[in-house]
Amino acid sequence: MTMTFIIDALVTVIGITTPILLAASGELVVEKSGVINLGVEGMMLVGTIAGFAVTFETGNPWLGILVATLAGAAAATIFAVLVLSLGANQVATGLALTIFGIGLSSLIGSNYVGIAIDPLESPFPDALANDSFWRVIFGHSPFVYFAILLVLAIGWFINKTRAGLVLRAVGENDLSAHSIGYPVIAIRYAAVAFGGAIAGIAGADFSMVISPLWAEQMTAGRGWIALALVVFAGWRAGRLLAGAYFFGVLMALELYAKASGHAIFPSQFWAAMPYLIAVIVLALISSRDGKDGKAPACLGKPFIPNG
Amino acid sequence: MSVAPRLELIDVSKRFPGVLANDRVSLSVKPGEIHALLGENGAGKSTLVKMIYGIQAPDSGSVLWEGQEVRIPHPRAARRLGIGMVFQHFSLFEAMDVLENIALGLDGAVSRKQLDAEIRLVMEKYGLKLDPRRQISTLSVGERQRIEIVRALLLNPRLLIMDEPTSVLTPQEVDDLFKTLRRLASEGCSILYISHKLHEIVELCERATILRGGKVVATCDPRKETARSMGEMMIGSDLRDPARGQLSVEGPVRLSVRELSLPKPDDFGVALEQISFQVKGGEIFGIAGVAGNGQNELLEALCGEHLADLHTTIEVDGSPVGRSGPSGRRKLGLCSVPEERNGHAAIGAFSLSDNAILTARSRMGFENQGFIHKAGADEFAANVIKTFAVKTLGPDALAGSLSGGNLQKYVMGREIMQSPGVLVVSQPTWGVDAGSAAFIHQALIDLAAQGSAIVVISQDLDELLRLCDRLSVINLGKLSTPRPVGDVSVQELGLLMGGSHATPANSAGGIHAA
Repeated sequence: MTMTFIIDALVTVIGITTPILLAASGELVVEKSGVINLGVEGMMLVGTIAGFAVTFETGNPWLGILVATLAGAAAATIFAVLVLSLGANQVATGLALTIFGIGLSSLIGSNYVGIAIDPLESPFPDALANDSFWRVIFGHSPFVYFAILLVLAIGWFINKTRAGLVLRAVGENDLSAHSIGYPVIAIRYAAVAFGGAIAGIAGADFSMVISPLWAEQMTAGRGWIALALVVFAGWRAGRLLAGAYFFGVLMALELYAKASGHAIFPSQFWAAMPYLIAVIVLALISSRDGKDGKAPACLGKPFIPNG
Repeated sequence: MSVAPRLELIDVSKRFPGVLANDRVSLSVKPGEIHALLGENGAGKSTLVKMIYGIQAPDSGSVLWEGQEVRIPHPRAARRLGIGMVFQHFSLFEAMDVLENIALGLDGAVSRKQLDAEIRLVMEKYGLKLDPRRQISTLSVGERQRIEIVRALLLNPRLLIMDEPTSVLTPQEVDDLFKTLRRLASEGCSILYISHKLHEIVELCERATILRGGKVVATCDPRKETARSMGEMMIGSDLRDPARGQLSVEGPVRLSVRELSLPKPDDFGVALEQISFQVKGGEIFGIAGVAGNGQNELLEALCGEHLADLHTTIEVDGSPVGRSGPSGRRKLGLCSVPEERNGHAAIGAFSLSDNAILTARSRMGFENQGFIHKAGADEFAANVIKTFAVKTLGPDALAGSLSGGNLQKYVMGREIMQSPGVLVVSQPTWGVDAGSAAFIHQALIDLAAQGSAIVVISQDLDELLRLCDRLSVINLGKLSTPRPVGDVSVQELGLLMGGSHATPANSAGGIHAA
């Protein structure tokens, strides 16, 4: 194996991990507040088309990212209204949001099929970004650096700040948080909208960097992996970062198997791997029943104040 | 000139759909006064304090704080005025440590280190023992309550609301709590003490406001009243002591438990060690103890949810049942009522009639070749409802729609009316008002008089002393030697309940043995 091959592989892994890491970071905040939003895939797709269309029409990728963020947050807010204000079932509503996202993105994207845009480049000088070795660190899109900073910031926020403590409290025991005087519903709205905004950015990463052209359902189920990743990481930011790259390696193996054609297992096997591993790890975690890796106690339960 | 009261409510009303929870309630609490708010379940006590603490808004009437009319739109506003509250159901977060829990109850951001120091200061001043770094899930109920108290005290409250604080404490812990409260009151903090335990109010409080049906029915000085006279004001009729005939003929042994040992069911459970006792027909055997010392594990072992190692460890009327499940034991006449009524004793989403089928199907013949005899179950459920005066629409009402006390009456009635040979009940009157509690006690006594053996597991010593023939204390999964009720003092029981950590009790409260 040559150095170039290793660097290529690392760059690939880092690139394809980023949207999962982003979406999972957002969902981590949502779930810490006690809400489970299964609509990650849908929110990502909304971000994908928003980012693509705005970048294509205006030529300004930063505007594209901004609109993708807002679009993701808007989709999440629809979910929040249904679930938090109207008391709809979270699982069913999240699934509906995914279907809605698929449909909406396909509808808006029907005019853009096959069109390509220039991918967003590394923010570093060309000398570093294109250097045969240093590109492993400096040769990525801004999404990559943002995702890593974001997950670290979220970890710090959840564990070290007072606002993070309140967020955990709301997810742990909503009735107690309410009786102490925290606005449970408002905090959950904020968390859900934040998760949607980040999912929107994750979607934009697909259509603006990973494959800078529009195709229907181009997120290809990565939203579901992001959801599994949150559980896989035991609702902890540090493990989320490590777990995301672990899944990234598995997904890269799929690409490698497809491209080389001489892998031991067919590429479909590698495509199934992340899901298979997720299922196995989830089963192991739930059977261990340890103290760490526990879900927020109120996860998925509607908040019904008793007074 | 007299000082303005710390808190004054004038004609406060609150209506919920279908019920007037508070009807023109007026109340005034002086500075440094320990004021009792007394009433049965559903009398409107909780609604009233929720309005004082800003969780609910009154429909009409006014609230005066130190002579000034105020609006308290949320708990933060209450805390800003200097109102602290210790909830009956603790508002704690299991997966967090003591420090984080206390930080959540404070409005400003404080560093962990600074908070740690402040907590230690308050605890030293009021003699409260607590390790700020422990995780909540590892703490006893008494310790959890101390967190709530420390949390309230850190705000230097001028009015502290205590909502039924002693329902889960040992007599020693109650003593310690009273000392803390008296110390606070002597420093000028007013205390609004909510309870339906009359002897505590006689011991602790200087004034009492008595609520019934959402209205103030009396205001009195508890020191000049007796527990009985206040009890009568509270329920509005004469209190009847359960009529306990002296145990005349001792029946045969109906329940026998021999060296029952079980490992911990989970991390937070208690292992049972070498538990042995026998209960005769006509006898009521009491098991006292502080919550979390193996009561649930013992009940589950007796009713068959956890099986013993040997079939002969538990015998009902001489037949071994140690390896039989709950249905097998019920067929032989061992019925039980667990502590948690909604979700364990009854399924909230099922009708009362369906809940009757769940435990009475074989004894009452509601099941035939796998088919259900619905009409029979309906009739049985209606009978339970009528006999036990359960307030509900009928056998088709969902169990979850009943109030806690009413559901308790129903699940107790469901078992008692199956005339079991052996009945094991846990906390038979927990959260039930005084009138209904007296009724349940009488029903247990009547069942014993018919020759059944009864085991009552309870944290309420008053109840056990009044009801039982013999008593044991469970502590850390071990059962003390059973003693006849007449031979044992409350102090001794308290010491047994506290295990080796207990400090001597200096007062027995107004507890009186029957």
